[in-house]
Amino acid sequence: MSSEIRPVSRPGIQWVYRMIERLIELTIMLCGWSSILFVFAIFYFVFREAAPMLFGDLNLVEFFTSPNWRPASEIQPQYGVLALLVGSLSVTALAMVLAVPFGLGAAIYVSEFCGGKLKEVLKVVIELLSAIPSVVWGFVGYMVLGPLIMQLSGAPVGVNVLNGGIILALMSVPIIVSVGEDALKAVPDSYREAALSLGASRWEIVCRVLFPAAKNGLLAAVLLGVGRAIGETMAVLMATGHAVQIPHSLFDPIRTLTATIAAELGETVEGDDHYRVLFVIGVVLFAVTFVVNLIADLVVKGIRSEKA
Amino acid sequence: MGGIQVFYRSFCAVLIIAALAIFAAGCGRRDASGPAGGDQRTIRIEGSDTMVNLAQAWAEDYNKKFPGISVQVLGGGSGVGIASLTDGNCDMANASRQMKPKEIERVKDKRGVEPVEHIVGYDALAVYVHKNNPVDTITIDQLAEIYGEGGTITNWSQIPGGADLEITRVSRQNNSGTYVYFREAVLGPKREYKLGSIDQSGSKDVVALVSKTPGAIGYSGMGYATPEVKMLNISSAKGEPGVPPTVENAKDGSYPITRPLYIYTAGEATGLLKEFLDWINSPAGQKVVLHLGYVPAHSPEEDAGGGGAASDASTDTDTSTDTDT
Repeated sequence: MSSEIRPVSRPGIQWVYRMIERLIELTIMLCGWSSILFVFAIFYFVFREAAPMLFGDLNLVEFFTSPNWRPASEIQPQYGVLALLVGSLSVTALAMVLAVPFGLGAAIYVSEFCGGKLKEVLKVVIELLSAIPSVVWGFVGYMVLGPLIMQLSGAPVGVNVLNGGIILALMSVPIIVSVGEDALKAVPDSYREAALSLGASRWEIVCRVLFPAAKNGLLAAVLLGVGRAIGETMAVLMATGHAVQIPHSLFDPIRTLTATIAAELGETVEGDDHYRVLFVIGVVLFAVTFVVNLIADLVVKGIRSEKA
Repeated sequence: MGGIQVFYRSFCAVLIIAALAIFAAGCGRRDASGPAGGDQRTIRIEGSDTMVNLAQAWAEDYNKKFPGISVQVLGGGSGVGIASLTDGNCDMANASRQMKPKEIERVKDKRGVEPVEHIVGYDALAVYVHKNNPVDTITIDQLAEIYGEGGTITNWSQIPGGADLEITRVSRQNNSGTYVYFREAVLGPKREYKLGSIDQSGSKDVVALVSKTPGAIGYSGMGYATPEVKMLNISSAKGEPGVPPTVENAKDGSYPITRPLYIYTAGEATGLLKEFLDWINSPAGQKVVLHLGYVPAHSPEEDAGGGGAASDASTDTDTSTDTDT
């Protein structure tokens, strides 16, 4: 009986298969194109909202050089983002100073020095660290780290550059570790074997062989960490004190570009100057993260072409 | 044989997916018809962070009295509420400051009607310090020198009785009505805030940060006091006695930083909104104001006769509309 049906049904089945195949292909293609579409749509939207101010009333020199951010003033609104820019950069720089040695060290340890079960456990825990929501990090900064900083350093207030920097460092470490570990893993074992046969110690292998061989991947790891830190909003809003000033020490509260948008956009009426200036800040942030990501991308591409 | 099985399997899968889709569509339709069919009606009220607890309490009491009407309360700041009223995203805006002329223009442009102001209570703005701070009294001038642009006071030792401790200024974000009112009342119309204060986005956050920071000073509605902080007595000029922020002192005007609390509607309130506003101004609504540590706009006892009548009237109209629907 089955031998009778087989020749009849086979073309039908093949047709169904072909259609399913086509459908899957089409869906995947749509997924791929949609991400490009979304990026352009977001860029267009942010730019469109910012444009009337960006090319109009906004004095760009004052915008980048004045530390006076008084957007809602009834006397004379002032749109200077220098203090916010310095705030963002200082807290990101501090985060990187803390996170890069820590993250790369952890990546080297996980990739080269530990094996078996421990390695698996470490990787899972590090991934868990990256899954903690940013508002929880902010909460930790505000409630735990702030009082601790005040107690240990005698600083007048616990929410400041140091607090924000530590929180951002903790948030970027998982990215640096996982991307860095991948880069180290990509170095062929023959390099390690060659170095060992020449009598190199483990430390020498890491410094003289792995670092030069994986430098692009490690740099990409660091840059992705920078991108994470500069774009972070909620945690820095809670942990840095949200004060418009150029910091003179680690214990000064500051305010970042991202936190300013988050805190103020809700108050503005669509289309007024304050609203548009916040979108100009969005364009600035977009530019910064775009450049950072582009560099990271080019660096990663550098690794690939070297390998090929 | 294998071919047939695969065919049947994929056919079954399609059937199951179709069944799920129909089921989901059915569910969706039932969900959508739920609220539309019911007689639940909603008032959206948004704005001042100072008034958010008050509005929440009104909402609960009102809902208890008229279960068919739910009042949704959102905070965010006076500026947020007014922006939301302008864009038509809420029915009433709470504000702890008056609307600016520019904002009134915007409401006229966007909604085609003038915003209408209703005073529903008064709030004394307390100046909070850490509970271990030895200072008890501060003058308005000293406050201005602490908070104002170019101000000279940066250390508590510059204030009589103060310890040698750096002052940490805690302020509010710039869309807050409290922020705007404090500037007008303390710094005057021409002076800006000194930048570099820690700007908190809620009345409660100001008090929370002050309670954790020994050198801090902050301002917030007096209803937000906790045992962890101290409220300073305010003296209107050097040599004048300090006045503590209390309901009595706010009511008789002796406490210098007292401000009205407003509700704004786009155009005259009608229907549901009018009934709610009348209830707020009735003794029942004003009792809530007093209960939360604010000062009633209409004394609950004095207006008892007139207010009672108004609330009775609103009850009548409400029951009649209920039977209609």
